[in-house]
Amino acid sequence: MPYIALERLTKRYGDHLAVDALDLAVEKGEFISLLGPSGCGKTTTLQMIAGFVEPTGGRVMLDGVDLGAMKPNRRGLGIVFQSYALFPHMTAAENVAFGLEMRDVPRAEREKRVAETLALVGLSGFADRYPKRMSGGQQQRVALARALVIKPAILLLDEPLSNLDAKLREEMQIELRSIQRISGATTILVTHDQAEAMALSDRIVLMNKGRVEQIARPDEAYARPASAFVANFLGKTNLLNGAIESTPQGPVLVVGGLRLPAPAGAGSGPQSVAVRPERIAFASGTAGVSGRVTMRVFQGLHWLLQVDSEAGPLTLVRPNDGSPVPAEGETVALTFSTQDFALLPAGDAP
Amino acid sequence: MSERPKAAPYLLAGPTALVFLGLVLIPLAMTVLLSFYDWGQYKGIVPEWTLKNWREMVADDYFASVFLRTFRIAILVTLACVAIGVPEAYILNRLSPGWRSVSLLAILGPLLVSVVARTLGWALLFGSTGVVNQGLMKLGLIAAPLPFMFTETGVIVTLTHVLAPFMVLAVWAALQRLDPQVENAAGSLGASAFTTWRRVILPQIVPGVLSGSVIVFALAASAFASPAIIGGRRLKVAATLAYDEFLNTLNWPLGAAVATLLLVALVAIIVGSNRLIERRYAQVFE
Amino acid sequence: MSRNGSLATAFHLLFVTFMLAPLAIVCAVAFTPEGYLSLPTNGFSLRWFRQILAYPEFLRAFWASLWLAALSSTIAIALSVPAALAIARYRFPGREALTALFLSPLMVPHVVLGIAFLRFFTQVGLAGTFTGLVLSHVIVVIPFALRLVLAASYGIDARIEHAAVSLGASPMTVFRRVTIPLILPGVVSGWMLAFINSFDEVTMTVFVASPATVTLPVRMFLYIQDNIDPLIASVSACLIALTAVMLLVLDRIFGLDRLFVGAGKG
Ligand SMILES: Nc1ncnc2c1ncn2[C@@H]1O[C@H](COP(=O)(O)OP(=O)(O)O)[C@@H](O)[C@H]1O
Ligand SMILES: [Mg+2]
Repeated sequence: MPYIALERLTKRYGDHLAVDALDLAVEKGEFISLLGPSGCGKTTTLQMIAGFVEPTGGRVMLDGVDLGAMKPNRRGLGIVFQSYALFPHMTAAENVAFGLEMRDVPRAEREKRVAETLALVGLSGFADRYPKRMSGGQQQRVALARALVIKPAILLLDEPLSNLDAKLREEMQIELRSIQRISGATTILVTHDQAEAMALSDRIVLMNKGRVEQIARPDEAYARPASAFVANFLGKTNLLNGAIESTPQGPVLVVGGLRLPAPAGAGSGPQSVAVRPERIAFASGTAGVSGRVTMRVFQGLHWLLQVDSEAGPLTLVRPNDGSPVPAEGETVALTFSTQDFALLPAGDAP
Repeated sequence: MSERPKAAPYLLAGPTALVFLGLVLIPLAMTVLLSFYDWGQYKGIVPEWTLKNWREMVADDYFASVFLRTFRIAILVTLACVAIGVPEAYILNRLSPGWRSVSLLAILGPLLVSVVARTLGWALLFGSTGVVNQGLMKLGLIAAPLPFMFTETGVIVTLTHVLAPFMVLAVWAALQRLDPQVENAAGSLGASAFTTWRRVILPQIVPGVLSGSVIVFALAASAFASPAIIGGRRLKVAATLAYDEFLNTLNWPLGAAVATLLLVALVAIIVGSNRLIERRYAQVFE
Repeated sequence: MSRNGSLATAFHLLFVTFMLAPLAIVCAVAFTPEGYLSLPTNGFSLRWFRQILAYPEFLRAFWASLWLAALSSTIAIALSVPAALAIARYRFPGREALTALFLSPLMVPHVVLGIAFLRFFTQVGLAGTFTGLVLSHVIVVIPFALRLVLAASYGIDARIEHAAVSLGASPMTVFRRVTIPLILPGVVSGWMLAFINSFDEVTMTVFVASPATVTLPVRMFLYIQDNIDPLIASVSACLIALTAVMLLVLDRIFGLDRLFVGAGKG
C-alpha cells in the first residue's frame, strides 16, 4: 500500500479544471516533484493534500486513511508556501518556534531546536530579524526552517527555492536533498524548474493543464518522454515526423532522408519521434545523413548548432572538448542510433 | 517637466498652498486670537487682549463637564466601533466575492447619506413617539418609552452607527494586506482556528484597529449634528456648545475659546497617537 | 456565504441590519398616510411627498446644494491635480509640510472650521455670500480629491513618461497624452467623492450659510431642531433614494471599496 495516494483528485474552479482526475502513489520516504509550467495546477494539488483547498472530486489517502474529514491543523504536514506566508509580526526565531509552541514543546528544547534549524538553513545570525527586513532568499529559508523544525513525516514544498540566486539555489538543493535523506520525510516538491526537479527527485510527475503527462524517474522521463510536451519541457529536443515502413529486413523508421531500424515497440504508419541534441553525432566520411550548418552559438560548456538536414531542421549540441566544430555554411554528415529515438503519439511533433 | 526641477513643484503646488494659507491658516489664527478678545452683552466684541474667556472656561465647572462628556462619548463610541467593527471586517473579508460586494454596499453606502438623515432615523426609531417605543408599549413589554432622546446612550448609539463604517474600512484595509496563506501556514503548524486568530491575524490588524480608532475618536469628539439632534439643548458636547456661544449667545470670543481648546486637544491626541503607532510598528510593517 | 460559521453569519446580518435600520425607518415613515409620525400600517400614501412641494425652501436648498457641490468639487480638483503631481513627482524642501497642510482639513473639527470661516468672512466682507460658501467647501473637500489624485499619480511609472519623451513628445504632449489619461480615474473618483462630501456637509455650513444660501442638509437640520414630522422623513427619503442611485452608479464604475479604501478619513 502506498504511503500517500491521490485518487482521481479533481479541482474545478467554475468551468475551469485546475486539476483533472490526478492519480499518484507516493512511497514512504520518497522525494516526488510536481513539475509543469505556471498555472498547470501544481499548487492546487499541493493545497488539496494539505487540506486548504477542498477537492471537487477524488480523495487523498494517507496510509490507507481518507484525509477528507481531517482538518489541516491535524494533518501534521510541514509546508513551505509559494509566498512564504511568514508571520510578519514575528521575528525569524518566533516564526520557527510557532509550530513547536503549538506542540507544547518546553521552552528550553524549543530554543535549542530553533537555533539548530536556523543554523541548518544558514540563518544563525538572523534570529531576531523581522521578515520585512530580510531578502527574498532569507525569507524563503525561514519558511523552510519553520516547516522543518516540527520534523514532519511529510514535507510539502511549493517552489521553495524559486527566489534564490543561482548559486544559493544549488547549495540549498544539495542541503534540501541531504535534509530529506536524514529526516526520511516523504517529500512532495512543486517546481517549474526542470533542472531542480531532475536534480532532487526520485520520481517526477509532469503536469500540463491539470493533467498528468508522465510519472517517471528523471533519467527515464528524459530519455523516454511520453509526449512532445514532456520532451520539450525536460531540456532541448528535436521533434520529428516520420513513418514506420515494413521491409523484408524488418520495420524501418523513415524521417526525410533518414532510414533506421525501427525502435522496438513501433507499429507501422505515421510516427512522431524525439531525439536529444547531444545524441546526434557527426559521421566520419560521407556515411549517414547530410546537412548544412545554418547557425553556430558558443555556450561555454558546449556549442549549439542548427543543421538543415535531409531529416529536417535539427538542433545539435557538441561538447567544448577541443575537437573541431564545423563553421556556419559547412556541410556535415550526421549519424543516429535507434535507441536514442523516443516514440511519441503520432502527430505530437509540429 | 524635468528641465526645471527646482521651480516646477513650487509652481505646481503654489496656488493650492496660497489658497490654504489664505483660507485655513489665517482664519484659524484669527479664531485663536479671537479667543483672547473681550466681549460684553451690549458692547459686543472688543479687540482688547484678555484671558477672560480662558479663565471662565477653567473656573466654570460647566465647561469641564461638557468637555468631559465629549471625550467620554468619544471613547465609548470608539470602543463600540472596535467591538462591532473588527469582527465585521473579518467576517466581510471571508465572504464570497458576490456577498461581499452586496454587504459593502449596505455598510459603506450609509457613509454617503447625509448625517442629518441618518440621525433622523434613530430619532424615528427610539423617540418617545418612535416606532420601537410605540411597538414595545403596545406589546406591553414596557410601560414608559425607553429613554433614548436627550440621553448619552442615544448619542453614543447614533454616533456608533455613523462612524462604524470607518472602523470596518480601516480594519478591512489591514486585512487585505494580509497574505491569505498566512492563516493556512498557522493551521499547518497545528494552530486551532482561535489560536490562529489570536496569535496570527489579530496582531497584524492591530495597526489598522488603532488607526481606525484614531479616526473614529476624532470624528466622535468633534461630531455636531448627531449630538445636536439626539442630545438636544440639554445634553451639550464641545461642538454644540461652541455653536451655541456663536449663534445663540453671540459671545464669539468664548465660542472661539471652546473651539480652540477642542482643536488643540484633538490635534494633540491625533498626532500623539499616530506617532506612537508608527514608532511601535515601524519595525514590523514598513 | 463562504468560510463563515453560523454565528459569524448571524453577527453579520445583525450588523447590516444595524446599518440599514435607521434609513429603512425613515423611508417607511415617509409613506405614512397619518398626520403624525407612524409606520404606514393603514396603507401607503404619497401625501408627505406632495407636501414637499408646498415648502419651496427645500427645493431651493436642494438646488443650492447641487450647485455648491458641483462648483466646489470642480475647483478642488483643479487645485488638487497640480498639487498631487508636485507631491508625487518631486522631492523638494517643504514637501512633507505641504502634504500635511493640504490634508489638514481632515484633522480640524468642522465646527472649528465653521467658526474660523465665519470670523474670517465677517472680517473680509464675504459673510453670508455664496462665494464664501464655495471657498469654505473647496477647503473641506480638497483632502478627498487630493488623496485619490495622489494615489493615481503615485501609480504612474516615471519610465512611461520617459519612454514618451524618448519617442519625441514635448513636455506638454506628454502631459496631455500620457499623464492625464493615466490619472484620469483618480481625478474622476476624486471629483465624485469631493462632490458627495460637499453635498452632505452640514456642521461647517451651519456657520457659513445665510438664509439666502442655505443648503439642503442645513435646511433639514434646522427643521429637525424645531420639529420632527413626516415631512422631514419624506425629504430625507428622497435624499436617501438619490444617494442610493448614485451609490449603485459609483459601484458600477469604480467599485466602492476602491473609492473608500483610498479615501477613508483620517
Ligand atoms: N482560488 C482560485 N479561483 C479560481 N481559479 C484558481 C484559483 N486558484 C487557482 N486557480 C486556477 O487554477 C489553475 C492552477 O493554478 P495553480 O495550482 O496555482 O497553478 P501552478 O501552481 O501550477 O502555477 C490556474 O489556471 C489558476 O488560475
Ligand atoms: Mg504555484
